[in-house]
Amino acid sequence: MASGTELTPTSYMSHHLTNLTSSIGEGEFWTLHVDTLVMAALTGIISLGFLWWVVRGATSGVPSKRQAFVELAIEFIDNQVKSTFHGDRHAFVAPAALTVFVWVFMMNAMDFLPIDIMAKVYELLGLHNWRSVPTADVNTTFALALSVWLLMIFFNMKVKGVGGWIHELVCSPFGKNPLLWPVNILFNLVEYVSKPLSHSLRLYGNIYAGEIIFLLLGMWAATGLAGTFFGTLLNAGWAIFHILIVTLQAFIFMMLTVVYLSMAHESH
Amino acid sequence: MNINFTLISQAMAFAIFIWFTVRFVWPPLMRAIENRQKTIAEGLAAGERGKRELELASQRSGDVVREAKQRASDIIAQAEKRAAEIVDEAKVAAREEGGRILVGAKAEVEQEVFRAKEVLRQQVADLALAGAAKILRREVDEKAHAELLASLKAEL
Repeated sequence: MASGTELTPTSYMSHHLTNLTSSIGEGEFWTLHVDTLVMAALTGIISLGFLWWVVRGATSGVPSKRQAFVELAIEFIDNQVKSTFHGDRHAFVAPAALTVFVWVFMMNAMDFLPIDIMAKVYELLGLHNWRSVPTADVNTTFALALSVWLLMIFFNMKVKGVGGWIHELVCSPFGKNPLLWPVNILFNLVEYVSKPLSHSLRLYGNIYAGEIIFLLLGMWAATGLAGTFFGTLLNAGWAIFHILIVTLQAFIFMMLTVVYLSMAHESH
Repeated sequence: MNINFTLISQAMAFAIFIWFTVRFVWPPLMRAIENRQKTIAEGLAAGERGKRELELASQRSGDVVREAKQRASDIIAQAEKRAAEIVDEAKVAAREEGGRILVGAKAEVEQEVFRAKEVLRQQVADLALAGAAKILRREVDEKAHAELLASLKAEL
């Protein structure tokens, strides 16, 4: 907490929901959320580094428990991709799905860190504002969704050619008739706009809401004995339920990525 | 909730992570898994082969056992036949031998009888001669009547 200021619900909330920013240029846009970037990079490096470390010593004989765990995760994702994407999935789509799942899962899982204890820890490190959950920052989810969106357009053009893609934009889903062209274009436009929006906002909304609920319960815990008791109970309950949300949202984000990319590979 | 340069940075981080996974994480593990799948498939195939071979071997061994049994019973039958033959031969030989011995014994007995008869006849002839000589009370000229006596002896 900022020293000297009185603790009000508003200050509590805003304290926990303010990013550590760093300005790199003129204007609102040229700022960085340092906490988001650092936490995202850390989770990514730790989780993918772990996978790399395990995979580097992977044996085709009897696997160790560690390797079996990683194989389980990877085969799970591989199976999901196999059922959706019909092509050489090993070249790009499946490893990309693995990246998305593992990374998003880890970023979501930062929600399990107890907010107030972590706030104290960050305070000790001299970080006044520090948000632990990168996916509760809309920049992260949009970054991921827009990257996937760009990949989608890239694969569209790569697989069908620029002409083929434009043909598809104009002539599907309703038909080749020139009268239908505007409808088709409008339809596709809506689709291309809605895809990244729903993709990113679904993840952001879920994780952000989860964080808010943790904050509200934390606030309740500060109101007195009953609040502490029920706040603790509900916090535990919400944290347990959050295990599901965290995993589910990571899975949904991955599946949507796979679906979008495989749609880009298929001609209509 | 404000969009800023964080977005671009995160996108770059995302790109790097994807590249890292595509390049370093995915292929080695897939290789390991595929190799293991191949090994397992080979092992299963080998097991299947082994099972088939076992079946064939047990079939073969059954055949061998059956054949051996057949041969053993053949041999036993042959042996029994041979034994019966030997017994029969022995019986025949024994009968022949017995017959021969009987014939020999009969011949000997006949000879003995003949000899005894001869001796008896000789003695009877001598006795008769001596009797006749006594009756006649005179010396029979043995020399003169030798021929007569001999024919008499032969008749007795």
